[in-house]
Amino acid sequence: MLNKKPVKLLAAPALLWMGVLFVLPMLMIALMSFLKRGTYGQVVYEFTLNNYVRIWDPLYGQIFADTLVVAILTTVLSIVCGYPLAYYISRLEKSSQQIWLLLVMIPFWINFLVRSYAWVIILRSQGVVNTILQSLGIITEPLPLLYNSGSVLLGMVYTLLPFMVLPIYVSLEQMDRRKLEAAYDLGATPWRAFWHVTLPMTKTGVVTGSILVFVSSIGMFVVPDVMGGAKSALIGNVIQNQFLSARDWPFGSALSIVLMLLSMLLILLYFRAVKAGEAKEGAA
Amino acid sequence: MKTWRRHTLSGYSWLMLVFLYLPIAILVLYSFNDSRINATWNGFTWKWYVSLFDNRQVMQALMNSLSIGVISSVLATVLGTAASLAIKHYSLRWRNVVNGLIYLPIVIPEIMMGLALLVLFSQVHMELGKWTLIMAHVTFSMPYVMVIVSARLADMGKELEEAAQDLGATPWGTLRHVTLPLIMPGIVAGFLMSFTLSLDDFIISFFVAGPNSTTLPLYIYGLVKRGVSPEVNALSTLLIASTVLLVIIAELFRRKDSKNGQIHF
Repeated sequence: MLNKKPVKLLAAPALLWMGVLFVLPMLMIALMSFLKRGTYGQVVYEFTLNNYVRIWDPLYGQIFADTLVVAILTTVLSIVCGYPLAYYISRLEKSSQQIWLLLVMIPFWINFLVRSYAWVIILRSQGVVNTILQSLGIITEPLPLLYNSGSVLLGMVYTLLPFMVLPIYVSLEQMDRRKLEAAYDLGATPWRAFWHVTLPMTKTGVVTGSILVFVSSIGMFVVPDVMGGAKSALIGNVIQNQFLSARDWPFGSALSIVLMLLSMLLILLYFRAVKAGEAKEGAA
Repeated sequence: MKTWRRHTLSGYSWLMLVFLYLPIAILVLYSFNDSRINATWNGFTWKWYVSLFDNRQVMQALMNSLSIGVISSVLATVLGTAASLAIKHYSLRWRNVVNGLIYLPIVIPEIMMGLALLVLFSQVHMELGKWTLIMAHVTFSMPYVMVIVSARLADMGKELEEAAQDLGATPWGTLRHVTLPLIMPGIVAGFLMSFTLSLDDFIISFFVAGPNSTTLPLYIYGLVKRGVSPEVNALSTLLIASTVLLVIIAELFRRKDSKNGQIHF
């Protein structure tokens, strides 16, 4: 066992790197959120709780609420769009599966910004949809398809959908198919078999996918920035603004700490709900 | 009844695929449209691409993106591979602790990582520029390298390494002549993935870039904020093309000789 020691040390540089460039900066934000902002946007090293008090302003409360609504809707819509797709892929032959998976994965790797921008080309007032509708004489004035909360939601689901499909696919693949056969043998209809066997057994995939989509959408500022109007700013945009334009780093830090805690809390509640559902299932 | 259900499911899945690809296809198509202002098709042209190559700022952004991509992915691959090799020998408990620390960046909103790094760099008075971008890119791509390399290591099993040791190989000899060659496809895939992540990253780069270190996505953002233009379409198309190419090559490497998936192309 002794001769394995040098090999074990190989993780040291990576751990040191993550310690300095990930853990330390996170702690710094936490500290920063208790400091004051100077007149010229500099950070003043004095303790204050003011930043957290300011968050209770209804203005920010509204934005936090909007952000959560958008994030939850994005997650739900991604499940609705993603589950059937993952299910279909898992039922294909191995060779087609690989191709479909790659096809779902490729958009995930393409830049967020570029993918949101693609929708701007389609939806803007001189965009593809409005041009087609106008040339067909269906409308005379361009429809306001862009720069509203609907377009933000569309952009979010569009950019985050692959996050949902891949984990659900993995859990469908790992599922024990014999249980499904048993359900059929016992006379279950396909729908009942899906609802009582397949869906509960692929819960892990749905939970993983939901967390990935939720976490990504809650801090998202690119999609609202590119596809949303002034009214559809989410908390990510406010934080970005505090850091780059308003130059109030302590307040921006406080906002992001609250955002992170809120997201952790919701994930925890979600886990609880899933567990409670399981217990009920077991009792029934 | 059964075929009816199958057809609905397959129709729905194809529809989802269209949903995923149609906007990208339209973007690519319009990068060849000979019209500046509107969405009417005026004929095929290469001129937006030609104008990109004449644009000094674009070329500078491209050079920045490429150099930052290469340096950061080499670093991320070396650090990530070394860590994966070590973690394999840890007890389950320590492995969970280390994995938790290393995979955490994947589940933290990207914006937080960006501003946390901005705070760090400004507190230690590091000037924002190429090097801060490189450090940030290593930080977010290392976890992905580890996911890919660790999967490859788990796939490999212990037998070959044990056989080498039984035959008298030293631990380093085993590492060099048995383990590394076997996981090489995973290492290459990890490198390509981190290069892709670096080339594509916008959110984190947005916070830690300096005035002279604009990367391609940052440059595109500047243009997008000013509105739709054929040059942005062309530049975005180039970025999409390189991403797609890199991902496909990386996938081929990842699946190469792996037990879980053969190449099916």
